[in-house]
Amino acid sequence: MNPRELRTYRWRKVKEKAMGTIALLCVLLAVFPLFLIFFYTLAQGIGAINIDFFLQMPKPVGESGGGMANALVGTIILIGLGSLFGLPIGIMSGIYLAEYGNNPFGNAVRFFSDVLSGIPSIVVGVVAYILVVIPMKSFSALAGGVALGILMIPTITRTTEEMIRLVPDSFREAGLALGIPRWKTIVRIVLPTALKGITTGVLLGIARAAGETAPLLFTALGNRFWSTAIKEPIASLTVFIYDYAKSPFEDWIQQAWAAALVLIVLIFLVNILFRSVTRGRYG
Amino acid sequence: MVENSSDTKVPMQKPIVAPARRLPDAPGGVPVPAKMVAQNINAYFGKTHALRNVSLAIPEKRVTAIIGPSGCGKSTFLRCLNRMHEVARGTMTGEILLDGQSVMVYDPVLLRRRVGMVFQKPNPFPTMSVFDNVAAGLRLNGVRNRGFLAETVEKSLRAAALWEEVKDSLGKSGISLSGGQQQRLCIARAIAVDPEVLLMDEPASALDPLATAKIEELIYQLKVNYTIVIVTHNMQQAARVSDDTAFFYMGELIEYDDTKKMFTTPEKKQTEEYITGRFG
Amino acid sequence: MSHLDTIPAEVAAGGGSASGPPLLSPPVRVRVRTRNLGDIVFRNLTFLFALVVFSLVFIMAYEMYLGSRETIQKFGFSFLTRSVWDPVRDEFGALPFIYGTVLSSMIALVLAVPLSLGIALFLSEMAPRWIERPLSFLVELLAAIPSIVYGLWGIFVLVPWLRMQVEPVLSRSLGFLPFFRGAPYGFGMLAAGLILTIMILPIITSISRDVLKSIPDSYREASLALGGTRWETAWIILTSGRSGILGAALLGLGRAVGETMAVTMVIGNRADISASLFDPGYSMASVLANEFAEAIGSMHQSALIEIALLLFAVTVTLNALARVIVWSVTRRFART
Repeated sequence: MNPRELRTYRWRKVKEKAMGTIALLCVLLAVFPLFLIFFYTLAQGIGAINIDFFLQMPKPVGESGGGMANALVGTIILIGLGSLFGLPIGIMSGIYLAEYGNNPFGNAVRFFSDVLSGIPSIVVGVVAYILVVIPMKSFSALAGGVALGILMIPTITRTTEEMIRLVPDSFREAGLALGIPRWKTIVRIVLPTALKGITTGVLLGIARAAGETAPLLFTALGNRFWSTAIKEPIASLTVFIYDYAKSPFEDWIQQAWAAALVLIVLIFLVNILFRSVTRGRYG
Repeated sequence: MVENSSDTKVPMQKPIVAPARRLPDAPGGVPVPAKMVAQNINAYFGKTHALRNVSLAIPEKRVTAIIGPSGCGKSTFLRCLNRMHEVARGTMTGEILLDGQSVMVYDPVLLRRRVGMVFQKPNPFPTMSVFDNVAAGLRLNGVRNRGFLAETVEKSLRAAALWEEVKDSLGKSGISLSGGQQQRLCIARAIAVDPEVLLMDEPASALDPLATAKIEELIYQLKVNYTIVIVTHNMQQAARVSDDTAFFYMGELIEYDDTKKMFTTPEKKQTEEYITGRFG
Repeated sequence: MSHLDTIPAEVAAGGGSASGPPLLSPPVRVRVRTRNLGDIVFRNLTFLFALVVFSLVFIMAYEMYLGSRETIQKFGFSFLTRSVWDPVRDEFGALPFIYGTVLSSMIALVLAVPLSLGIALFLSEMAPRWIERPLSFLVELLAAIPSIVYGLWGIFVLVPWLRMQVEPVLSRSLGFLPFFRGAPYGFGMLAAGLILTIMILPIITSISRDVLKSIPDSYREASLALGGTRWETAWIILTSGRSGILGAALLGLGRAVGETMAVTMVIGNRADISASLFDPGYSMASVLANEFAEAIGSMHQSALIEIALLLFAVTVTLNALARVIVWSVTRRFART
């Protein structure tokens, strides 16, 4: 090797090491905020976590203590309404795509489902406002539920389709060979087999919806008081965090952290669950 | 993900010729120097013992064919020669010498400049033009001079018998060519860095008969300048193209001889059975 | 979907309907028109639901168009170029919000793409499998954190850090540039851009990583056999997948444009157009979050809905474009 080649060679070696290090640094730089956020939330919020926090109602301004009971229940109700709306649509379309959907229409549905998943949640909230709040002439849990339901649909459709596709054809053939009509084969044999995966997909969709704030700001609005009425505004965990975070009160801010902690723990748990269920299948 | 270990020691020894097995003689009775020598090679992939105590000398500027049924270790052996077995996480014991120096002492990056490889399925880089594909190896080595690059690209494409067909469309994407052309492009790419040895892993098996014939003719021309080792499952091809043939079976080298002799009067029974198609 | 569209006729006839005497010849695989009522009903039922999903996007577009007709008619195209935002006098122009969205998203894109590429390259080309899996999962967990939690962290950790440490330093060293002028509030465009960077990292990374992984090993082998180093090989693979990575970046941009809570909480919410990154700004999503619930009058609401429509149009376009690009790349390599 002549000197010039030797120099180039050495430089290439240096570049290899340097780039490898930079890539590793990028990874650390990305993972760092994850841990930072998680542990900061943990540190800030853990102090306010006690049984009262889950069971009590918010106290009036000035009084310390209180909890987020109404917000917790509100989120549950909102998710329930959203599921009522989003689950049937999501699961049935998922079934269609998996069993009957290998045609241009099916491809179009997949495409638009993906597009739907990219629409900002606040825009979905605006649509829910137009569709529900305006006709009803009031903010309501129903409107929030509709918004969350729309947000859930793409996730549930996609995971349902994937889980059903994973069911081997031999199950279907066995059912058909027994003389069971196709639809019953799907409902009685294929669906139950895919149920675990579908459920986890649904949980994933629910977890994402539970973390949404923006669409609720002008659909379900929020409620300082206890309310489970569907046609009335309702409190939610996320709006609770938002309101309390903006406030000037120290203990309210801590409660906001505590609620955030509850939220991310739940979401992380669902994600881990989803990972472990789908991991085995994709290997 | 593929692995690439790199020792950075630069070779210093002077070359010695050390054949470990009887070398076939060139016409005229003058012994041919060995370009590469393998001594007692055992190769492992995890628990699989892929090569068992293989010793073989590759003569310079001749075509050596490696034949054998699937799974006999011929591709593994080929990859040991330029340490590509490490990419698939394989390990090797024994010695492989290039011009007398052990290849393990070399940085694989440098070794692979001297020992090039062409793969079974043509794999020109998809987002590069014909020109960029051939120049890829040179650019990696820091060559920037446009004139030199253009010159070398033309030379390599001519040597690969592809120049006439692509000289007006050097800017076209590498994958827009036909299968046979793509393979010749890969050969040109390998030649462009001026290797001494060219390893070919079933280079024509993915091609149609016409393209195959072109590749075989090319190999015949290339051996004037390069030492060629070709793995093939096609015995007729080995008979047509090579000067010497090595027969592998179940990871072992069964027989290694002059091609004509091997295919007419093989010494080992197994060789004869394989050649006459009784198995494989 | 299974091949079961072509099932032997006598099997598909199912329970109940008579199919005549047993066939003597082997069953012919034909496309079956089933005579079973249950099958027809079920298939059409699922079809209807799929139709709902299909039409949802169009319904949304239509409703938002209707809802914003007032301001579309009154302002037309100038809605996008005017800067006045006066709900009392019914004068609306969305330029400050468009500016805020564009600037914060651009900052995020510029910062996130190189980082994501570094991570994707590491995960796909350099990391051994036992590291890659957990790391990929951690990156995806970043995506699962709700926007509101990012916002919370943004207010109480990021903004003070910017105000105390980062912005003073930037102001001293690069203050001659128009981007770093002005008083360091902490809240402002820089904070919004940074938080968006963290938030779009996961999506760009995971799509890029998938694109890189879909590129066949034979190109890696070809590069290594030419004497390329591991980094050089990784770079060649990167360029091979560059259109897929473009798609990933577009998706990330789409995500950044639509982000609401985290941005609202740190951007300062002032409808000004300013070159300095230290100054507060306002994004399209933020004005919706802040003003929609209490919109004064139908024109105000119409203006807000028009902004939502704009957001919708931008994200749908970005998403559609990105999906087409990414889909074509992974398909090309699957075919190869």
